[in-house]
Amino acid sequence: MNADLIVSIAVSAIAYGTPLVLAGLGELLAERSGVLNLGVEGMMLMGAVTAFFVSQTLGGPGLAVLVAAIIAAALAGAALALIHAFLSITVRVNQIVSGLALTIFAGTIGLSSYAGQVWGVGGQHGVHQLVKLDVLGLSDVPVVGPILLNQDAFVYFSWVLVALVTFYLFRTRFGLYLRAVGESPRSADAMGINVTRYRYVHTIIGGAFAGLGGAYFTLAIAPIWTDGLTAGDGWIAIALVIFAFWRPDLLVVGAYLFGALSSLGFTLQTHGVQLPSEFFSSLPYIMTVVVLAAASTTLARRRIGTPAALGVPYVREES
Amino acid sequence: MNGTRRTIWLSAVLGVVAALLAACSSSSTPAPASVAPASVAPASAAAPASVAPASVAPSAAASPSQAASLATPVPSPTLTSAADQWTTSHPFKAAFIYVGAASDAGWTHAHDVGRLAVQSYFGGRVQTLFKENVPEGPQAAQVITQLVNQGANIIFATSYGYQDQLVAAAKQYPNVLFEQATGTEQLTNLAEYYGAGENGDYLSGMAAGAATKNGKIGFVAPFAIPEVIREIDAFTMGARSMNPNATVKVVWTNTWFAPATERQAAESLVADGVDVLADGQDSPTTGQVAEAAGLKWTGYDSDQTSFAPNAWLTATTYNWGPYYINDVAAAMNGTWKTHFYYGGLDDGFVIMAPFGKSVDAATQAAITAKEDAIKAGTFDPFTGPITAQDGSIGVPAGVTLPVYTPTGLSKYSISFFVQGVIGSPKG
Repeated sequence: MNADLIVSIAVSAIAYGTPLVLAGLGELLAERSGVLNLGVEGMMLMGAVTAFFVSQTLGGPGLAVLVAAIIAAALAGAALALIHAFLSITVRVNQIVSGLALTIFAGTIGLSSYAGQVWGVGGQHGVHQLVKLDVLGLSDVPVVGPILLNQDAFVYFSWVLVALVTFYLFRTRFGLYLRAVGESPRSADAMGINVTRYRYVHTIIGGAFAGLGGAYFTLAIAPIWTDGLTAGDGWIAIALVIFAFWRPDLLVVGAYLFGALSSLGFTLQTHGVQLPSEFFSSLPYIMTVVVLAAASTTLARRRIGTPAALGVPYVREES
Repeated sequence: MNGTRRTIWLSAVLGVVAALLAACSSSSTPAPASVAPASVAPASAAAPASVAPASVAPSAAASPSQAASLATPVPSPTLTSAADQWTTSHPFKAAFIYVGAASDAGWTHAHDVGRLAVQSYFGGRVQTLFKENVPEGPQAAQVITQLVNQGANIIFATSYGYQDQLVAAAKQYPNVLFEQATGTEQLTNLAEYYGAGENGDYLSGMAAGAATKNGKIGFVAPFAIPEVIREIDAFTMGARSMNPNATVKVVWTNTWFAPATERQAAESLVADGVDVLADGQDSPTTGQVAEAAGLKWTGYDSDQTSFAPNAWLTATTYNWGPYYINDVAAAMNGTWKTHFYYGGLDDGFVIMAPFGKSVDAATQAAITAKEDAIKAGTFDPFTGPITAQDGSIGVPAGVTLPVYTPTGLSKYSISFFVQGVIGSPKG
């Protein structure tokens, strides 16, 4: 175990944790409003393929193309989330079924795969990619440099988003209303808060964030599009929200932990650790199960975090 | 009241989703949709087969890696009168089962280039169908049945993991011909085909061995099965023929095709200090990592130069087209017999991709000389003495491993690493 190794694990923790931070943050917002969105994986895939398509087809300066691709990915995620919002909020279908249906619909064998074929982006070499920045020219500083000062703009953007969401949730009136809607929509309604509007807005923003997480795959992690590129990250993002007790700061910790775990297996292999590689590949998922089990026992004891109205459609006229 | 409404919506949503899913899954194989009108109205047969490929894989046509098709030795099987029953209104149907996406720029892409070669060689008299991303194992049986129901006359399954399902299907459908790439089982209507990729891997290993400065090469490997172990062994022996101290460190990904995972594996090797990367994966991601890190790279399956122009050394590529054309012709003529085809550098089945710009003339000459020796049959990488990883004798002096024997050590059953490989051959 040397410094280089720790640095390389930390760098990959951030690289592979970033899509989880983005998608998890979106899920957190939706769940805080009381809407469980299991369609994250599908929204990430749609974001990924849309971002890649836009970045491959649009001409112009690289930066503008990337920004357009990222915006397009957010819109794709938001569009899918709008379907989920309509089904679960307006029509009040079972949120679990609606979310699962969306993931299957948009997922590996669905819309995202179809879009990839129609747009013909499979097998193409990514033209525009996010590059690592050399912040303040300090990327060579030992340890801190490569970890904190030599990431791509999207990583810094995700940090800004986390700060914004934290501030919004706990320091603004709208954040307070949002939490009220998730905890007790009836009281919120009585206070004059438009429950439906809050749920719609946060579910859609959540979908946009998931789209951003997907875009990170095609614009930074693997500059290529292929069916099922996100490989289950959407599901881990959902688990992370529980792990983080619905708090953005803990979400970042959890996301980077998973990012580190997903690379750790390979690092251990290169260091000659003799365990079946299937074990390494399953590490993040074993971790998911352990974390969920632990979180739910703590939850059962203290009831922290879970929005009380999570997954429950709000029906005004019922009494 | 409310419950009823919810139930209605729920079933409506599920119905829509099911319909969309059905639409999407058939869209990946648009060809069958055009079958019905053609057989109903033969007079107006608008050559459905020749329409299909254009709409099936626009990306494959636009793909950068077409080297395999450029180097195709022209096959010239002719159709006899026995094949007269296959016409544009009643085409022969050749189906392909892909383990990945036709656009993967690697293994499956190479097969799809072969499929398109079949299509253009026979025109409207053959209709090609394909299914992408078919999981290995029990689910493949469903896809095989589907293809048989769609009227497939011959089915090419392009991965090892379909073997059990193919054997079962071959027994169940005696009138359909089956062929499997990289497998071992044969029946009267089930043939096997593959080629000596290991000979190409030996040559790419030479390029890697010449390119490494610190003697550390990293290999991103999919599954710990004989096919892959054979590749890594040959690659390592090739590398050490150029640099006797070179080592090849292996990281297993347990996937053929997952760019994000492949990237993590490659990055872990870079962090470990290798200066040349190699892979046996289906995507060119490892090369993209090498390019970004300023290292060298040997690819696999297709000419992937465009993904990493500076890192590129060379790669083993497979030229499936001529083989597919010959076998489809034999099937149409009624002369198809079961076989175990093992192509090589000599018959143009295995082709070395063009050298990258950093491969110097001396290295190119050494590799070409070895390639000629393999073609002439005077050199086989799996000729003893070969020392195994643990120092024991892997292949005794004077013995050359046969391609496949049902029992005993053969290239198809090799399960040990040779000296110079770092990692476990058990995965």
